[in-house]
Amino acid sequence: MTDAFAVDVDNVSKVFPKGNVTALDHVSFRVRPGMVFGLLGPNGAGKTTLVRILSTVLRPDSGTAKVFGLDVTKHDDEVRRMIGLAGQYATVDENLTGSENLKMVGRLSRLSRVDARTRSGELLEMFGLSDAGSRPVKTYSGGMRRRLDLAASLVARPPMLFLDEPTTGLDPQSRKDLWRVIEELVSAGATILLTTQYLEEADRFCESLVVVDHGRIIAEGTPADLKATLGETVVAISFADASSALKAAERLSDLSEHPLFVDGEEIELTVDQGPKITAEALRRLDAAGIEVGGIVLREPSLDDVFLALTGKRTDANDGTEPPAPTKKRGK
Amino acid sequence: MTTTSLDAIASPSLPEGGSLRWMLANIATIAWRNLMAILRIPELLFFSTLQPIMFVLLFRYVFAGAISRPGLDYVAFLMPGIFVQTVCFGAVSTAIGLADDLQKGLIERFRALPMSRTAVLAGRTVADVCRNVFVIVVMTIVALAVGFRPTGGALNYFLAFLLMLLFAFALSWGFAFVGLAAPSAETAQVMAFPLLFPLTFASSCFVPVQTLPSWLRGFATYQPVSQVADAVRQLMVGNNKLFPYPFAHEWVAALIWTVGILVVLAPLAVRKFRNAI
Repeated sequence: MTDAFAVDVDNVSKVFPKGNVTALDHVSFRVRPGMVFGLLGPNGAGKTTLVRILSTVLRPDSGTAKVFGLDVTKHDDEVRRMIGLAGQYATVDENLTGSENLKMVGRLSRLSRVDARTRSGELLEMFGLSDAGSRPVKTYSGGMRRRLDLAASLVARPPMLFLDEPTTGLDPQSRKDLWRVIEELVSAGATILLTTQYLEEADRFCESLVVVDHGRIIAEGTPADLKATLGETVVAISFADASSALKAAERLSDLSEHPLFVDGEEIELTVDQGPKITAEALRRLDAAGIEVGGIVLREPSLDDVFLALTGKRTDANDGTEPPAPTKKRGK
Repeated sequence: MTTTSLDAIASPSLPEGGSLRWMLANIATIAWRNLMAILRIPELLFFSTLQPIMFVLLFRYVFAGAISRPGLDYVAFLMPGIFVQTVCFGAVSTAIGLADDLQKGLIERFRALPMSRTAVLAGRTVADVCRNVFVIVVMTIVALAVGFRPTGGALNYFLAFLLMLLFAFALSWGFAFVGLAAPSAETAQVMAFPLLFPLTFASSCFVPVQTLPSWLRGFATYQPVSQVADAVRQLMVGNNKLFPYPFAHEWVAALIWTVGILVVLAPLAVRKFRNAI
């Protein structure tokens, strides 16, 4: 392990022959050890494909991917000993209990029976599942399954963790619980590659990130860099018709240094001082006699990042709808 | 959640040990996991055992009158056939189980673990052997109750039992391949039956092959399920007169088929598994 990078992805491409989908198109990035690295993008951007390649589940068509200097296709067995994988689809065995699931993963990760049992107990406690540990997983809630899945990825104490949308589809409380665990892992010094659809999540954990869309990296840097491309607040104003929206856009375009978008009867501008600019916008519209249908102020979402980066909306869903949790097959 | 310190990282100093030892340990773990699933869904075990019992009763009491011919003790003829048919149908569960694991993403978890690739499949087929032991024992009891008398003796009955288990094990590998090729558990099931029906029904399981039309007789005589059924029948009831084909010992042919299927299909299934997804 002389390589200075925990993850080194160099020019990786992957095409799925079925439907001729280019999942990854010459993707390159590097992750330093001990870092939380974010892979941000909408559904279908290629995040999961990348994680599957790095966790040796899938082979790239071209390019090389290394984990701690080991090529994932040539030294897959060694790589598997150093990684933990937790997916957005909680892959735990429904028919086994929580404790049995962890013991199974322990045994399959070459722990002795005694160690597997001890580790299972530790992790159940750590994830607040001690009481549920002896119940079959089919009785678990979505949040509990996700915690168990994350626990399973930690059984062998891997130095590299791949967390693939760990909080997608979770309720706010479960999401906060998971965040706490991720924070603990971070302070324990694990290297984490985290994929997410949520800007908030990336902002909270990631020192550095890449934004992927259609299998390409469209932006990279720190969350601060990314946000700098946006304002602090998105002001969305709707009008009676599209022509009013266009007229309004003309009068408001100088309000912000960030671009203004017109979408049918609605305009959106990202600004740094939400309330002040909003008041000014309303004054101008009133003076011009343009009637405002509605006005919404919100924090920029991933969608807004995409809008700013690409000038178009993400064409997957809006990032808030989780996919069906269980049905899954290599796409 | 507690704030127990998380010693997430450690040097990856996993025990080395012989890889064969770990493969066997992995097979045992996966087999255990699959057997737990059977025990945790008792309804599935109950109804999957009920179905062969229904077959016994159906052929014994409904069709026997029509199929029976002079000089043929149909119960003695039928029971070994039903046993073999049952273990063949049971092999479908290998396909369904694997397809289900794939669909639910469990296989993905296994693939990312430093475990033996072969063990995922072998753990499944070994668990299916254990299930078959249970099924054949139950069926033996039912068969005895409806008037089946194994005249071949205890040792031969035991050998027949072993032959069926081995044949079912070999078939499981074939159906493991089907399960890996199927996009879902439901599809795995419907993909398996067109393979199974000709093998089990165009066979000597239920009727003497002499009664079949000549174009079908050749296939029905020499195909693996017939050969195994004939061998099991010979061992269980020891009545050679019913069997037309020229091998002196039916079990030799049955064994050749069984080993042949295993040697060809097991590596194919493992290769399919390595390349799948």
